[in-house]
Amino acid sequence: MSAIAFWGAVELGLLYGFVAVGVFLAFRVLDFPDLTVDGSFPLGAAVAAVAITSGWDPWLACLLAAMGGAICGLVTAFLNVRFGILNLLASILTMIALFSINLRIMGRPNMAVLNRETVVTPFYDLGLPDHIVRPLVLAVLVLVAVLLLARFLASDFGLAMRAAGANARMARANGVDVGRQIYVGMALSNALTGIGGALFAQIAGFADVTSGVGTIVVGLAAVIVGETLFRSRMLLVALLACVIGSVIYRVAVQLALSADLLFLRASDLNLVTAVLVALALILPKLRSRGEVAR
Amino acid sequence: MIVVQNLRVTFNPGTPLERRAIIGIDLTLKEGEFVTVIGSNGAGKSTLLASIAGDVVPQDGSIRIGGRDVTREQPAKRAAGVARVFQDPLAGSCANLSIEENLALAAMRGQRRGLRTALRPDRRAVLRQRVAELGLNLENRMGDRMGLLSGGQRQALALVMATLAKAQVLLLDEHTAALDPGMAEFVAELTQKLVMSHQLTTLMVTHSMRQALDLGTRTIMLHEGRIVLDIAGDKRKDMKVDDLVEMFRRVRGGAELDDDELRIG
Repeated sequence: MSAIAFWGAVELGLLYGFVAVGVFLAFRVLDFPDLTVDGSFPLGAAVAAVAITSGWDPWLACLLAAMGGAICGLVTAFLNVRFGILNLLASILTMIALFSINLRIMGRPNMAVLNRETVVTPFYDLGLPDHIVRPLVLAVLVLVAVLLLARFLASDFGLAMRAAGANARMARANGVDVGRQIYVGMALSNALTGIGGALFAQIAGFADVTSGVGTIVVGLAAVIVGETLFRSRMLLVALLACVIGSVIYRVAVQLALSADLLFLRASDLNLVTAVLVALALILPKLRSRGEVAR
Repeated sequence: MIVVQNLRVTFNPGTPLERRAIIGIDLTLKEGEFVTVIGSNGAGKSTLLASIAGDVVPQDGSIRIGGRDVTREQPAKRAAGVARVFQDPLAGSCANLSIEENLALAAMRGQRRGLRTALRPDRRAVLRQRVAELGLNLENRMGDRMGLLSGGQRQALALVMATLAKAQVLLLDEHTAALDPGMAEFVAELTQKLVMSHQLTTLMVTHSMRQALDLGTRTIMLHEGRIVLDIAGDKRKDMKVDDLVEMFRRVRGGAELDDDELRIG
């Protein structure tokens, strides 16, 4: 694997770190299996692509993508909280609807964002090679997001959100409006994913309606890899672990693909990811069953 | 003050599974009164508590907490006035949060939760002090996960959690039933102590006749969704466990007591 391929994988891993942290918030904190991200990621990309090609500031484009993502999360939460639709199904409905909406936003299936001012371009003048600058900028951005989220979850409001996901009955008995926590948590989770999509469009140079397929599995893979490597009760560590997990996952995939291992092709990526995540979900179960038997 | 008027609760109304759990209860708890509730299985004890907490919406009647009608209010909304300890020690706290975090969450019951750090130094000191008062040596384990503690320890902490924020009423639903005898005794004594020191208006369901008479200032007995006995003061002081059992037997039409549903000791 060449240095450029390696830093490319790190870059992609950091980018999907936003998704991983969002997935962590939905799955682990709120205990809400949310597939909306498969739609909110390309939505973020689409919104940013349209905004930037219309001459908007790239930071403003990211903000717009975050707001778009937040709305996606609110729709899923609304279907679940207000009408009692099963959380997983509610998120699938939003995800499917977003495919059409993303096509509407861009007016076509894909869109180039080449030779435009992006959030990274100002830093190309620092004198470092471009393939190092991109992961550096992304690392700083994702670190800021992680720090803000960790601080949020340590607040009175964030603590209530963690309780709402862990023990809803206890949370209610302590005056926590569990429905409201789901709204806020889902909005935050998908806003992070939307930012990930916006950065993807700027760094990859395009937005594509199909780029969201499997986002949830990649995010989950990152969360699981992170949890396996860093077992910690500290929130900040757990959140950083998601980002690191995302990077490790990308590098591992890049390694597997570039080494011509097991006759793998680039197009096998989704299959490999699905198998990896399935294994990661099954192994702890098998282990605990063994413990019970003993 | 808690005022329950003409309360009626029916589960699954209009279906073959229809069950009338409460068929007319009037109950007034004065400020600072500690009422113990006994009755056989299905008498409506837990349903009465669930109605006051808001888990169950009654078909008829009204519930007022501190002068405010809360009959149809969501549990979370009325939680400002209602503190609870559940029967299941696992139900009252979050296993994956630390002792400190659980307490901090309970300390904000009924208040607006903002973005200030939940574990701020001044609050941590107060929480640590309250846990130290238990004498269970848990004040040095404030950062431990709640899930690492025994049922008895969790229930003792649940009681502390219920008394951190102000409440108009404390609801205890057989909160010692799932504990071993030693720990049940400890939690019962702790209950009496905390209720006294905080002067809490309390409604405690129990299966133990002894506990029903030893703790509190007033005892009511429910049977088939109605109050069949309501004693306080001297009359209650003179009452022995045997008298209560005899009364219990009479109410049930002379049927023998089932050990499972009632502990005499």
